[in-house]
Amino acid sequence: MKLKISFPDERVKSPILSEIILKTGILVSIVSSHVDSTGGEIIIEVIDKNYETIKTEFESRGVSVKLLNTLICRNKEECVDCGACISVCPSKVFSFAEDWSLETDTQKCVRCGLCIDMCPHQALSIEGTDCE
Amino acid sequence: MAKTIAEINEKIASGNVCVITAEEMSDLVDNIGAEKAAEEVDVVTTGTFGAMCSSGVFLNFGHSETPIKITKMFMNDVEAYSGIAAVDSYLGATQISEKLGIKYGGAHVIEDLICGKEVEVVAHSYGTDCYPRKELTTTITLADLNQAIMVNPRNVYQRYDAATNGSKKIIHTYMGKLLPDYKNVTYSGAGILSPLSNDPTYRTIGAGTKIFMGGAEGTIVGEGTQCSTASGYATLMTAANLKEMTKEYVNAASFEGYGTSLFLGIGIPIPILDAEMAKATAVRDADIEISIKDYSIGKRDRPTVRKANYEELRSGSIQLNGKEVTTSCMSSFKKSRQVAEELKSRILAGKFLLGVNTTTLPLNQSTKPMKETNKTPRVQDIMSKKVVTVEATDSFIGAAKLMKQNERNHVSVVSEGKLVGIITSWDISKAVADGKIDTVETCMTKDVITCSPDETVDVVAKRLAEFKISAIPVIDEKQNVVGMLTSEHISRLFTRGKHE
Repeated sequence: MKLKISFPDERVKSPILSEIILKTGILVSIVSSHVDSTGGEIIIEVIDKNYETIKTEFESRGVSVKLLNTLICRNKEECVDCGACISVCPSKVFSFAEDWSLETDTQKCVRCGLCIDMCPHQALSIEGTDCE
Repeated sequence: MAKTIAEINEKIASGNVCVITAEEMSDLVDNIGAEKAAEEVDVVTTGTFGAMCSSGVFLNFGHSETPIKITKMFMNDVEAYSGIAAVDSYLGATQISEKLGIKYGGAHVIEDLICGKEVEVVAHSYGTDCYPRKELTTTITLADLNQAIMVNPRNVYQRYDAATNGSKKIIHTYMGKLLPDYKNVTYSGAGILSPLSNDPTYRTIGAGTKIFMGGAEGTIVGEGTQCSTASGYATLMTAANLKEMTKEYVNAASFEGYGTSLFLGIGIPIPILDAEMAKATAVRDADIEISIKDYSIGKRDRPTVRKANYEELRSGSIQLNGKEVTTSCMSSFKKSRQVAEELKSRILAGKFLLGVNTTTLPLNQSTKPMKETNKTPRVQDIMSKKVVTVEATDSFIGAAKLMKQNERNHVSVVSEGKLVGIITSWDISKAVADGKIDTVETCMTKDVITCSPDETVDVVAKRLAEFKISAIPVIDEKQNVVGMLTSEHISRLFTRGKHE
């Protein structure tokens, strides 16, 4: 599962992730990371059974953890099932079903955002609320 | 036995007609042959749903009190051409918003009108004795207009070339986002369901043919603009009543870095007059070939990377320069199918009769390029044609000597005759300062940005600025170095005059 870890501005420089990995021995994949003046944000992937442990460790250090259920959001009202998104996605989230409907395997998403401005109908978003 | 369109219409009226889609027809002809299929089937329905940029609507607003002869008009900040009488306008799909830019355009206004939304209209005029008013602001919906007739100069391309990108950076086109180094291919068109590909000799498709258009019943006006029957890239001019259209078949689109367009569903019924028509409508994806073009070359005639047919493109990936590359469709096959099915059910229900094409498309017609009287110079006109190269394995002292001899700051680096890098006087200065005396290979730039000799200078100048470089090796199709273009060559254009 993928988690969004948000560091407050003053904690960005602390090696919190490394500390937790060394302490717990849990393997973590970093999907993406972003730092700006308001703080830092990383998306990590861990196996399901380690979720609670990781969450507790981060939260005890003043870092918030959010489980990402919706990694990429598709608005079915706007989507016309063209498949423009398919070829720009590096992790094969999108594919065609037998009847040429667009299918999404959102758990594969690494939130790179390449599909978002590829979509001619603005049907894809990372923070959307009108998901299928 | 041959049938006429009138006979088929009688069958439709009596509810005795056999209609199948172009996909179903391909299987039927394979199974029972064209002769028997022609006896069984009366109409084959086709369908396509994709970006049709050359689309727009004629609108009539009715007269205001006091009357105005509109010379300039904006609908939700999108300009609609108003140089047609007093209160008629033409709103084009690709015209973009003055305020929002490419996020919102004529296509979006059209979609908003279809959805019954209110649209703000601002109009200007110079005022005349018969039309005294100079300014007008109002809000309208589609129902308030006298007429809203979609008339599209160029729709339903018979087939369309696919796109890829051979450059080093992402490019944004009307064929979508193209990844660097040929990492993806995008294509458009319905292939097996494509209307004109199912009647490639244009026997039954021409002015007067009735069509399904955006949910409405429309007609073909005649040949479309840029209609090239000689090369099998025919187009159609189409018309239908916007008031009868639905969002299901009309969708506004915005392509990142390009602009707006209108996705439109169009279906054409093809009367199966005889075995020849049955055979034509049995066409499959594999029979329709297009070229995959390199869109990174900013020229009218983009180089073809390879040929491909719709079956290969639709398979999801294609071989390109020895690599498996993912394909994306920019038009919707699912929606194309929906169009063909909807048209089929309307004919079966007796709600849609066939039209008779009174004029056929002009055969053997091709498209001319634009006549330009003030030509932009090309790279080959101003580049240094003397080719100076070093081998990657040479010492960089050799490269420095070569630069001195030829009074150059940039030298192309080759290996086995092919370009592998570029070395500049700056690279050498850096290496000397760092005390590194080594081969050219160790201090050259490996990811070289290149151009071709027949590209126009303005396009290449943009590339120099974009990559912050001062020189660019010129290479031919076989990757042989044929020259070098520097920023000095470009600046000389201005001091010597363009025509020198």
